[in-house]
Amino acid sequence: MMKSKADEEDYWNSSKYNAFTFDDADDELSALKETKKAVNSIGPLLAEDGEEDWERVSWSGEPVGSISWSVKEMAASNQRADREPAFPKISTETPSLGKSQSGISLSSLFKGETVIRSLLGDPSLRLYTPELRKPKSEYKDLVSDWSAEETVQRLQQGKGVTLEKFRSLQDKLLLLDLAVAAHDGNAITAVLIYLKRTLCKEVLFRELESRQTALRHFIHYLTENREQRLLLELLRALGRTEEAALLQYKDYKNIADENKRRDFLKSCLSLQFGGEDGNHVQDHYTLLERQIIIEAADRKAEREGKLEVFQKFPRKASILNMPLITTLYYCCFYHYNEPEQPAQRPKQYFTTALAARAKLKNWTDVDAMFNSRNWLGFSKKKSPLSFQRVVDILQKNSAPTRVLQEYVGLVSDAELRIGLAQKHKCHDIVINTYRDMKDRQQLAEYRKKVERGSAEERKIDELLSNQQIRWKN
Amino acid sequence: MAAHLSYGRVNLNILREAARKELREFLDKCAGSKAIVWDEYLTGPFGLIAQYSLLKEHEVEKMFTLKSGRLPSADVKNIIFFIRPRLELMDIIADNIFSEDKLHPARDFHILFVPRRSMLCEQRLKEQGVLGSFVNIDEYILDLIPFDGDLLSMEYESAFRECYLENDQTSLYHTAKGLMTLQALYGTIPQIFGKGDCARHVANMMLRMKREFAGTQNQILPVFDTLLLLDRNVDLLTPLATQLTYEGLIDEIYGINNGYVKLPPEKFAQKKQGEGSKDLPTEPKKLQLNSAEELYAEIRDKNFNAVGAALSKKAKIISAAFEERHNAKTVGEIKQFVSQLPHMQAARSSLANHTSVAELIKDITTSEAFFDNLTVEQEFMTGVDTDKVNTYVEDCIAQKDPLIKILRLVSMQSVCNNGLKPKVLDYYKREILQTYGYEHILTLNNLEKAGLLKPQTGSRNNYPTIRKTLKLWMEDANEQNPNDISYVYSGYAPLSIRLTQVLARPGWRSIEEVLKMLPGPHFEERQQLPSGLHKKRQQGENRTTLVFFLGGVTYAEIAALRFLSQMEDSGMEYIIATTKLINGTTWIKSLMDRPESQIP
Repeated sequence: MMKSKADEEDYWNSSKYNAFTFDDADDELSALKETKKAVNSIGPLLAEDGEEDWERVSWSGEPVGSISWSVKEMAASNQRADREPAFPKISTETPSLGKSQSGISLSSLFKGETVIRSLLGDPSLRLYTPELRKPKSEYKDLVSDWSAEETVQRLQQGKGVTLEKFRSLQDKLLLLDLAVAAHDGNAITAVLIYLKRTLCKEVLFRELESRQTALRHFIHYLTENREQRLLLELLRALGRTEEAALLQYKDYKNIADENKRRDFLKSCLSLQFGGEDGNHVQDHYTLLERQIIIEAADRKAEREGKLEVFQKFPRKASILNMPLITTLYYCCFYHYNEPEQPAQRPKQYFTTALAARAKLKNWTDVDAMFNSRNWLGFSKKKSPLSFQRVVDILQKNSAPTRVLQEYVGLVSDAELRIGLAQKHKCHDIVINTYRDMKDRQQLAEYRKKVERGSAEERKIDELLSNQQIRWKN
Repeated sequence: MAAHLSYGRVNLNILREAARKELREFLDKCAGSKAIVWDEYLTGPFGLIAQYSLLKEHEVEKMFTLKSGRLPSADVKNIIFFIRPRLELMDIIADNIFSEDKLHPARDFHILFVPRRSMLCEQRLKEQGVLGSFVNIDEYILDLIPFDGDLLSMEYESAFRECYLENDQTSLYHTAKGLMTLQALYGTIPQIFGKGDCARHVANMMLRMKREFAGTQNQILPVFDTLLLLDRNVDLLTPLATQLTYEGLIDEIYGINNGYVKLPPEKFAQKKQGEGSKDLPTEPKKLQLNSAEELYAEIRDKNFNAVGAALSKKAKIISAAFEERHNAKTVGEIKQFVSQLPHMQAARSSLANHTSVAELIKDITTSEAFFDNLTVEQEFMTGVDTDKVNTYVEDCIAQKDPLIKILRLVSMQSVCNNGLKPKVLDYYKREILQTYGYEHILTLNNLEKAGLLKPQTGSRNNYPTIRKTLKLWMEDANEQNPNDISYVYSGYAPLSIRLTQVLARPGWRSIEEVLKMLPGPHFEERQQLPSGLHKKRQQGENRTTLVFFLGGVTYAEIAALRFLSQMEDSGMEYIIATTKLINGTTWIKSLMDRPESQIP
């Protein structure tokens, strides 16, 4: 029998955190079902009334006529050559109360801005890009004598400006400081681009060091613009070597060829990483190095068809660039009995190897993993994992009840053992545990769950009529 | 279409109308027929502002999604790119322009940046040599998008990452601008409170912008009494916890995007008479979720364990309403019954939908995996064994559960322990790297930079003090008839909302000590109102607070604020604004190295 619903509830409610109370979960579930039934029973009455039409304008999903819907439609209709596109003909406009206020538009809200514009006699209220693309000669005509403050203000408003007239370092830095004070990323970036073009690196880096906000925007700009080399130089100049190291390491993602990738990782080993990161990068390198060797050998073995395991279980993908645990699993799957065993920490290794051998249904190997002999030569099953987890792993790899039973029996906590045994139908264990607990009531209760006339039932009957046992209830 | 925006305390439809007007004005500026090329990400948020019909009225004849290569042919005068200011998108646009057929009559190109122009992007277009091809480069200031009668979002996906990881404050500038727009429409907000560095920045920018516009007095009677700015990093814990409200769970499990959710279709298959074995639909079922739907408005903020009862109650009411038809005897009565049918049908189909959704969610919430995860979360939040390696987390790693789940749990443990012991942190990191791949070094680094993961330094663990002072854990949370906000997480009261609650009463002065333990400054500012605009408050009239979450807010937090608004004696109504609607998964994803979601 599966753990019954009621049992599960009991288990939950008796655990320390009855956080999300499931007390009336059953009731509620049936209530939901009932609700659904009720709703469906109303159905037939309505079907005649053109439900479809109704739903289209309600909330049956994306309303017809929405933008993303229309884009999709057009993409589809466009494939059908260049015919007149069919527009959805549903009016979605509702006369809304907002109309009375429609004198307000977002752009007119910023009265200050409009005032400035009209003061400056700027007729093109919105078409303010032409300056950017006029030829240089024309450009000069537009140069007006804006102060640094005005220039930053114009930048913020998205108007064209020329920064070239700010020649001295002092002027340039003033411009930068004003842009930073305005907190406008756009203005800051614009000034930074100008500074980058007109200052030598050393000066720029030095000045940025004392201007953290500008510095961050500059780093962001370089990152976005993929100016890796300059960015690395900057970080090193600032003494931010750990950041620089990670940034450089990250570049491995752009290298597709595994040998080149390995060599690149090797070159990263000398970088100054922070904390444990250096060790992780070292591990990464070692892993890839091994994977390259394994991959080459296995690809060959697979092609030659000499090893049975590759034929029976063809490899799904190359092992290159797979995580360490996946690699370990792979090795436990294809190379279990080879002399060189990975030197992993026991628990992780154990979990992975167990899963791999179970997947192969090699129960002998599974069994051997738990065997340890003491000096008298007796064998006792030991595991770095809880036996509950072991059962879980085995069950996921569809181990037969016969195998499961053995490990369920090794779970030391009686309550847990009974739970698992019930779940996996290991009747013997349930019965024996209740017997050991001297729990007559539970045993009698369990009798109802086993098959009529089965060996289990007989065993329970024997126990219940056994006068030797001192039942606790 | 958007009537539900105007039912709340503050009529947010005004904001939507302003945005629509702006859009019409822009479209009319590009005279003649036009085609729009969409940055796909924008179609969702735009859908909340305008339907296709509005665009069509303004001569938009075709629409395409942005992709590389040659633009589809369209016999139009203008091609307009509706685009977010992102560099990678500029490269695609450049590619489009280069691929234009030179033989065809030239078309006019326009760019409309949403929400703002970017120097960086224009620079990139210039480098690509296509900047000159554009007749017009403009911006469409869509900072705050109304999602519901009490909810605004900027849908600025990377705001948290930019602020706390990259230290780029552009999103804060947009926030301040958005708040200025809001004040222009709804009046100057007299009182500003805030907690956190970003909050401080935004308040500073707002005050400065106001000074710059001095001289043009805002003559609108203030709708909001108070603005509360909250940094997400003041409360890193809340988004990590699994939300347990109906709406929160829908978001956790299926993800709500721009007010829509896509659900597995099986449960929605309609059984019709005469069609025995109809093929199951394969397209996901798409549902719109907002307060326009009466039933949804009623149940979305409930703890999920109270949803079943609410649904069955509703079913009884609807059944009874349909039974009425037997009582309709006269022609007049029948006519009246028929006139109510559309409303009843809507209610019925709404009920059918939500019953199915509830069933889907129930399947998950009753699973052992869900329960185990929740148990561990609650252990962490109550401070049980947070300084040791947790065996459940270990097992999850061994089973290769989704990485984001692991990162959520480990981050939560770290936050609840004010950092992990170096040994514990190193152990988790190694396990994660070995199981999920070394490339995640970068992601782990990001989480450290954002403060989600950190080694415990000399200072002692102050989380228990915070928890006790703010009553973050309530043993007897009532899920059915809540009397405290902790019902949204079945015991955990979101820190962010506690801060909001305490601010309203008795005030932050009572929790000075705890405020000092949380990152960033806390402050209060006042904005002068022109005389005559001071509100004359009626006896017993509620005050209105706009709570702005910088870096994201979850549906469960929104539910908690709505709960406070509805409490009879709270005397406060809350309107919620944020940079992005988030949950633990989308949030962690936004912090990962090169998250997939950022690639268009």
